[in-house]
Amino acid sequence: MATVSFNVNGEVRALKLDTRTTLLDALREHLHLTGTKKGCDHGQCGACTVTVGGQRINSCLTLAVMHEGDSVTTIEGLGTPEHMHPMQAAFVKHDGFQCGYCTPGQICSAVAVLDEIKAGIPSHVTGDLNVAPELTNAELRERMSGNICRCGAYSNIAEAITEVAGRPA
Amino acid sequence: MKFDTPATTNPIDQLKIIGHATSRIDGPLKTTGRATYAYEWHDAGSRPAYGYIVGSAIAKGRIVSIDLSRAKAAPGVISIVTAENAGKLGKGNYNTAKLLGGPEIDHYHQAVAVVVAETFEQARAAAQLVQVNYSAAKGSFDLAAGRDGAAKPPGRGDDQPDTNVGDFPSAFAAAPVQLDATYTTPDQAHAMMEPHASMAAWDGDKLTLWTSNQMIAWTTGDVAKTLGLPKENVRLISPFIGGGFGGKLFLRSDAILAALGARAANRPVKVAMQRPLMFNNTTHRPATIQRIRIGAGRDGKITAIGHESWSGNLPEGRPETAVQQTRLLYAGENRMTALRLAMLDLPEGNAMRAPGEAPGMMALEIAMDEMAERLNLDPIEFRARNDTQVDPEHTNRPFSQRQLVACMKIGAERFGWSARNAEPGKRREGRWLVGLGMAAAFRNNLLMKSGARVRLDRSGTVTVETDMTDIGTGSYTIIAQTAAEMMGLPLEKVVVRLGDSSFPVSAGSGGQFGANNSTSGVYAACVKLRETVAQKLGFNSADVAFSDGQVSSGNRSVPLGQAASDGELLAEDSIEYGDLAKTHQQSTFGAHFVELGVDVATAEIRVRRMLAVCAAGRVLNPKTARSQVIGAMTMGVGAALMEELAVDKRTGFFVNHDLAGYEVPVHADIPHQDTIFLDETDPMSSPMKAKGIGELGLCGVAAALANAIYNATGIRVRDYPITLDKLLQRMPDA
Repeated sequence: MATVSFNVNGEVRALKLDTRTTLLDALREHLHLTGTKKGCDHGQCGACTVTVGGQRINSCLTLAVMHEGDSVTTIEGLGTPEHMHPMQAAFVKHDGFQCGYCTPGQICSAVAVLDEIKAGIPSHVTGDLNVAPELTNAELRERMSGNICRCGAYSNIAEAITEVAGRPA
Repeated sequence: MKFDTPATTNPIDQLKIIGHATSRIDGPLKTTGRATYAYEWHDAGSRPAYGYIVGSAIAKGRIVSIDLSRAKAAPGVISIVTAENAGKLGKGNYNTAKLLGGPEIDHYHQAVAVVVAETFEQARAAAQLVQVNYSAAKGSFDLAAGRDGAAKPPGRGDDQPDTNVGDFPSAFAAAPVQLDATYTTPDQAHAMMEPHASMAAWDGDKLTLWTSNQMIAWTTGDVAKTLGLPKENVRLISPFIGGGFGGKLFLRSDAILAALGARAANRPVKVAMQRPLMFNNTTHRPATIQRIRIGAGRDGKITAIGHESWSGNLPEGRPETAVQQTRLLYAGENRMTALRLAMLDLPEGNAMRAPGEAPGMMALEIAMDEMAERLNLDPIEFRARNDTQVDPEHTNRPFSQRQLVACMKIGAERFGWSARNAEPGKRREGRWLVGLGMAAAFRNNLLMKSGARVRLDRSGTVTVETDMTDIGTGSYTIIAQTAAEMMGLPLEKVVVRLGDSSFPVSAGSGGQFGANNSTSGVYAACVKLRETVAQKLGFNSADVAFSDGQVSSGNRSVPLGQAASDGELLAEDSIEYGDLAKTHQQSTFGAHFVELGVDVATAEIRVRRMLAVCAAGRVLNPKTARSQVIGAMTMGVGAALMEELAVDKRTGFFVNHDLAGYEVPVHADIPHQDTIFLDETDPMSSPMKAKGIGELGLCGVAAALANAIYNATGIRVRDYPITLDKLLQRMPDA
């Protein structure tokens, strides 16, 4: 057992945990923030995506005790049903989900993808590393490919993200 | 309500709310992480313990002994359940293999134990300490090897193993143009994003299961049967389901092990099946070998069509009915189909999205493309020449609606089909060979009894309760739209509660029958509620209008809620069907179009454009219906290009049993997708005049890709998935 304290959605949370507890299980089972989903527990599906210090990670692939003092944002921290984040609202408008299980991860990833492009971080499909990447369809799809949606809402998700980014689909 | 004569005009036809592209009413919950899935009911009872499943390490044989001593002594362990200490267990009506193995083992990763501990980490660690000693037996794992010994399976209803019309052998032999080709489709996994998960709590001999299940009544019954309980002692709650695709039609081991674990631990227990167990522990779409023979005259008219399919399953399992569509899709006086079933000791084969037609259309629609080429006909023209407006086996039995030709022609125009070069391998853009392909889409429409209860309170709010499930299909939204339309309310005045076995039994979610049947059940209940309201308000029910929250007749208009001013009004009914599906064949139709590029050097395949045109009765909500179709198109890309459970034929298991090894399409694989719904209402199907669409969207997609790959490269691949290795050696010179 060990203690750890980190900030989740603007609130400092102190936990006493089995050191084997993943950040994902700390959120879901200990803080009851079940918006972050467990799809595979092996970093293969992206359903557990959250941001830590502004960067998206698979929360199933990291232990909670490694995050002392970190700042974690989960889907619950982005918005509420009454006050949705623009990305959440765009997903509803464009029907960018069906069963909803991959959706929190998709949305957290999508928010982070826009930040990554703004920050000039290149991807596998970026043609010229000396030029700031643009939010093309290819960039968006490449960067979102770690988030599997078995219901197959990709085409709609792309439209939702594009709308939030301020570019017509 | 008995639906036994074609629908006439009814309140649904107002289309004030039905037929509109309404956003999902459960959208804000799902997108903000507030929808509660099976493993997430923290407030439902006392703190649950955690169960972790141990799967069999052999595919067939026996457990000689299990040593639990180390696991029991591990920190936090509360109890361990195995077949030895679980007590007598039955087997569900819908299960082929038992859900807790031992001493006999029926398939790899069949559950053999559940370890219950205080925390997930403790349960997982202790599960590694369970020592099982097996005696493995020789099994059969190779469908191709079992093909010759495959038997004729027993028939079930209209599903007969052999069908024959006319004289197929003679007509085929005499046909001037012939095709005789064999195709294979692999075992496929549902791979839904939410693992099978359940939380169980006992109150005396009453069990509550929070679970993730498509068919609440089937599964409630099977829980009771497996545990030897009266059905009324079992309550299932499943309001949100993280995908199913047929994989959650049935009771699975997570639910039974949670129940057994909770009984042993004397407290609630929750179990989520570990992802690496899912592929071998649960069901999958069985692989097929399909032989298709088509004979036609030089005029392009089919004179003989034959389709045989071989698949495998465990003893008592069913065949994959891959020949189903061939009985209905194209004309031809002489026809035959045959299903044969090999006994295999692989995990249980069962329904996955569009069972039968999905793999059947993967083969048939390549065959049609091949035949069109032999006849020197455009693939659309060839299909159109063989359209039939009647069931080809019973020519006095018309289709209720059949707009296949319109789907193909409208799609061709919209997609720019005329730009396709009929000669393959001729369109080159830079490093890409570009091809266009199409296929017909076909899936039957199924009618199922479905019930609902509606309540009206004094605020004028209507609450719908039915055990119908929403697996991402949009049930919440279309049910709300139905009740709102019927009761003359805005959508916000309707509350929908689903997925609870204490609610009236519905059709459930499967076989693309959910939307049409469940909304028809709600329609029936609302008809009753309208009568009750009219009576309560002293109206003559024959000429009462329900609109804008008011009940009106003549000059008199009263707020709907007033009918419930001295207490809630309640109405319950089911839709039940007469023989309209016997007198009229009810099916859904469509056409899929694909443009893709194949890299001349690497044979990498990139899908560029996709279009589906569907004619499937009234579209209740174009937004959610479109999502069903594009989602199915995405699954079809997976079936064409990547999805295959790799069988280890020596030891009998699916090797790629996780989401890294079993590849499904990701964002980068899928282009923008277009859909068109033809204007159609089908008065034979239900008062809603709707049919299914969620599976139609999948049927034919993979073949459209296969045909586009042929058009791009000139390489005809008849074995799915079409991976690079099947193209590379045969690629045209760059």
